Amino acid sequence: MKNLIIAGQEFKSRLFLGTGKFGSPDLMSKAVLASSTNMVTVALKRIDFHTDTDSLISHLQFPEVQLLPNTSGARNAKEAIFAAQLAREALETDWLKLEIHPDPRYLMPDAIETLKATEELAKLGFIILPYIHADPVLCKQLENAGTSAVMPLGAPIGTNKGLRTIDFLEIIIEQSNVPVVVDAGLGAPSDAAKAMEIGADAILVNTAIAISDDPQNMALAFKLATEAGRLAFESKLAGVRHFAEASSPLTSFLNT
Amino acid sequence: MFKEIFENYHWDQEKASILNKTASDVERVLSKDKLNLDDFKTLISPAALPFLERMAKKSQLQTQKRFGKTIQMYIPLYLSNECQNICTYCAFSLDNKIKRKTLSPAEILHEASIIKSMGYDHILLVTGEANQTVGVPYLRSTLRLLKPFFASISMEVQPLDEADYSELIREGLNTVLVYQETYHRERYKVHHPKGKKSNFDYRLDTPDRLGRAEIHKIGLGTLIGLEDWRTDCFFTALHLQYLERTYWKTKYSVSFPRLRPIQTHHEDQPTAISSVEYMSDKELVQLICAWRLFNENLEISISTREEPAFRDNVIGLGITSLSAGSKTNPGGYSSAPGSLEQFEISDERSANEISQVIRQRGYEPVWKDWDKSYS
Repeated sequence: MKNLIIAGQEFKSRLFLGTGKFGSPDLMSKAVLASSTNMVTVALKRIDFHTDTDSLISHLQFPEVQLLPNTSGARNAKEAIFAAQLAREALETDWLKLEIHPDPRYLMPDAIETLKATEELAKLGFIILPYIHADPVLCKQLENAGTSAVMPLGAPIGTNKGLRTIDFLEIIIEQSNVPVVVDAGLGAPSDAAKAMEIGADAILVNTAIAISDDPQNMALAFKLATEAGRLAFESKLAGVRHFAEASSPLTSFLNT
Repeated sequence: MFKEIFENYHWDQEKASILNKTASDVERVLSKDKLNLDDFKTLISPAALPFLERMAKKSQLQTQKRFGKTIQMYIPLYLSNECQNICTYCAFSLDNKIKRKTLSPAEILHEASIIKSMGYDHILLVTGEANQTVGVPYLRSTLRLLKPFFASISMEVQPLDEADYSELIREGLNTVLVYQETYHRERYKVHHPKGKKSNFDYRLDTPDRLGRAEIHKIGLGTLIGLEDWRTDCFFTALHLQYLERTYWKTKYSVSFPRLRPIQTHHEDQPTAISSVEYMSDKELVQLICAWRLFNENLEISISTREEPAFRDNVIGLGITSLSAGSKTNPGGYSSAPGSLEQFEISDERSANEISQVIRQRGYEPVWKDWDKSYS
């Protein structure tokens, strides 16, 4: 299986994990390890920079796991840029999951502010992975603005509804020059497999693992599904056939 | 303005329609995914009580999906018990001859340091309504004083004008809790006979002013025990629905404190609360679940007014935030227990003890879920 490359960096795992919603830091650590992920995202707002023993960060100290700070809570480009700079300083990384959602109910990403922030943050040298709607045009604009990947949603965040945006994801994947990471809404390992089968470069899962009865095994299930989906994609999965091809009644006359 | 919507509704009609809901209404609502206001009425109706276990299961799942297995921790800091209002149920009431106290900057910092050492990062500032001593200038300087120490600062004080809210938001104010107490206009007058608070309309308009000032979060609620709780909760839901549609960038929370005994100077016996408007534990759980099924993104909090056993058991049923180790008198964290408190708390366990309980229930207490850089 090929490694994932984002901004020149290689990742063995194509499964990213979110760190919210777990019942304890210990369960979170176990899930992270079981998933074999190389990238976990952490909300800046959850980190207590004033103590050396922040329970979230201290439970994510694994050599194979890179931290991807996110700006969840930012309502516009200005707040996100400020938060990004704080996160860069505190966690000593240029990597950033850019999240801007002025709507606190459904956490819908703001396309206009996200594009603005990406332009600014790219100039400041950030490696940006923006959380967005499955909007193919926006993806191309973000590429022009200097994004390192795009993270379109599969369904509203936290809903576990699966790949509701699949038609748009397929267009994004077809057109993209940067890695496509399907984020939000993936509710079951089969969703993860499907996302990989259609050619997504990676996926991000949080809720489905965090609130399951056994986060460790659920993380393993997502790992296996992600790998299965990717292998199938690389092995040129045969397309779905909508009708049987027993004969060619329309064109058979050409052969006589 | 919400008032224009509010005036189209009649208390008695709404009350009757809630009481008329039937078991088959409940069955229908429980099979739906997205609930409307009428469905909410069904779930808070007496007809829904036999369905409590099913409601609780749905509520738990929906809460976990949106909020995970976490409980947000917050704590009140009482700044002052001075008050120019008369409220029949509150120990800070003007006519109650208790010792009055307003914290000085040094005292506030001392209280804050104790609260920080308990682990808190989200704080709720509380005062009575006394514009000479705890008006906007006092609130502004308190916010300046405390902003460096806390990730999120909320406020539960008298309703203010829009410009004042804007100013305080610039100083770091994140959330304002403003409970209508009751949406029953006449009953409101009975319980708030004197002072600025007696103005029902000004209070009713407050969330609109907060929304226009672009506050991050508004806390709504009514006091359980003043009027029929079902009808009051329907009006809260009506208010919430209007606010969510109008001020869509603002977050909302609800709380429904049941009235507690208060200490008065009149007699040694705490004030008795009319049993007519009493709400049982079962009904309170019903209400929590009904709110969750109606609105899956709503934050729901339970304060130390409730008994320990009840609080422990509602973790996981739909609530999202808890206070613990609270003192309801100004200076209460640093001094010995005084007689200046707003109400007697029921759950005296420390923040540490409560976090143990939360963990035992498979949930993670969250101390910080906001950052100063956002506000």
